[in-house]
Amino acid sequence: MRIAYFPGCTLNTTAKGFDNALRASFAALGAELVELPEWNCCGATFPLLVDNMLDLAAPTRVLLAAQEQGDRLAVACTMCYNVIRRTNNRLRADADALEKLNYFIEAEYRGGVEVLDVLQILRDDVGFEAVQAAVKQPLTGLKVAAYYGCMVLRPPAEVAYDDPENPHALDDLLRALGAEPVEWPHKAECCGAYLAVKSKEATAEMSYRILSSAQRTGAQAVVTNCPLCQFNLDRQQLDMGRRHGGYQPVPVLYFSQLLGVALGLDMADFGWERHYVDVRPLLESLG
Amino acid sequence: MRVKLSAMRVRNELVRRIEELSGQDLLACYQCGKCSAGCPAAFAMDLLPSQVIRLVQLGLVEEVLNAKTPWFCAACQTCYARCPKGVDLSRIMEAIREIALQERGDYLVIEEIPAEELAEFPQLAFISGFRKYTA
Repeated sequence: MRIAYFPGCTLNTTAKGFDNALRASFAALGAELVELPEWNCCGATFPLLVDNMLDLAAPTRVLLAAQEQGDRLAVACTMCYNVIRRTNNRLRADADALEKLNYFIEAEYRGGVEVLDVLQILRDDVGFEAVQAAVKQPLTGLKVAAYYGCMVLRPPAEVAYDDPENPHALDDLLRALGAEPVEWPHKAECCGAYLAVKSKEATAEMSYRILSSAQRTGAQAVVTNCPLCQFNLDRQQLDMGRRHGGYQPVPVLYFSQLLGVALGLDMADFGWERHYVDVRPLLESLG
Repeated sequence: MRVKLSAMRVRNELVRRIEELSGQDLLACYQCGKCSAGCPAAFAMDLLPSQVIRLVQLGLVEEVLNAKTPWFCAACQTCYARCPKGVDLSRIMEAIREIALQERGDYLVIEEIPAEELAEFPQLAFISGFRKYTA
């Protein structure tokens, strides 16, 4: 299987490990992610004002680039997925908006592209049974907290491919890899997202609530699919001990990193050096 | 708080702008409070999300423009996902931010972001932050 792929700005830079591990894992599973030959930033947030057409132009251009490659687009960054998918929904439902946007970008996007999150493709196209069959190094005994954040769940009618209040796709994947996902109440709670650029205390507290909830279940790692969640949860732990005495840091990984590890792939370029809480002791404990 | 209501005040210009920008029917909200109960940032807010919409229903938009709450909304959409009336409060928050940005200027001064954060933060944090906090 070959599918057009949009990595987005962050997977091209600070979250390169997410991207490398994902492409290598998909290739090992017989699914090739083919990066769009030309793409641009999607804008990172879906515009919430009804007359804000301008902020729809960038994601429409991404959809146009995807249309030239086929009828499906795989998106790894959950924020990009949310923006591009919602833009596509709007263009499909609103002929007037589609006409305006096409006029503005001087092209003809026809609304035919299906926008999919890479986890959804793993579940529905590759299949978690096939993933399990390809595992070479099972993550036996590893207790993990699967963390979904917001962007693949809300608004449910527009973007969710899972139960929006109690999602389990990521739990199911981790179980297929041999790990033991824990039950916990904060798997769909917001990490604070862009509040981090302005409101440090609020983001620190939101991250603490999520991380401490995961740790109360005995989870040894938090596993996520979102580059902004990963960054917030990971970096906020640098001084979490100062605010919360006795706090013990927990590694925050991308699911693609653990997928690559379980598939027995070369993990030299999985970006371990970019993590604030060192993941390597945990990996060594797995053997 | 003592509030003097009048038809003119309840349907004032700013209320109509919020309705127009957000595309939401403000009067659909019957104040069940589910948005406030589930909001993960409510602890940092001076007005609860349900109080924001109540004040706007009463035409008291200035109170909301002076509050911190719209700037602590991360657009996580938990309120919208759970609202029994289908009110998209995150769109109302965006409309309030937009009016505040137009009338009072940027909430985030990009030049004040520390250099170490500029070097470390992922692009999507900045791009989304700039979209929400600057005009």
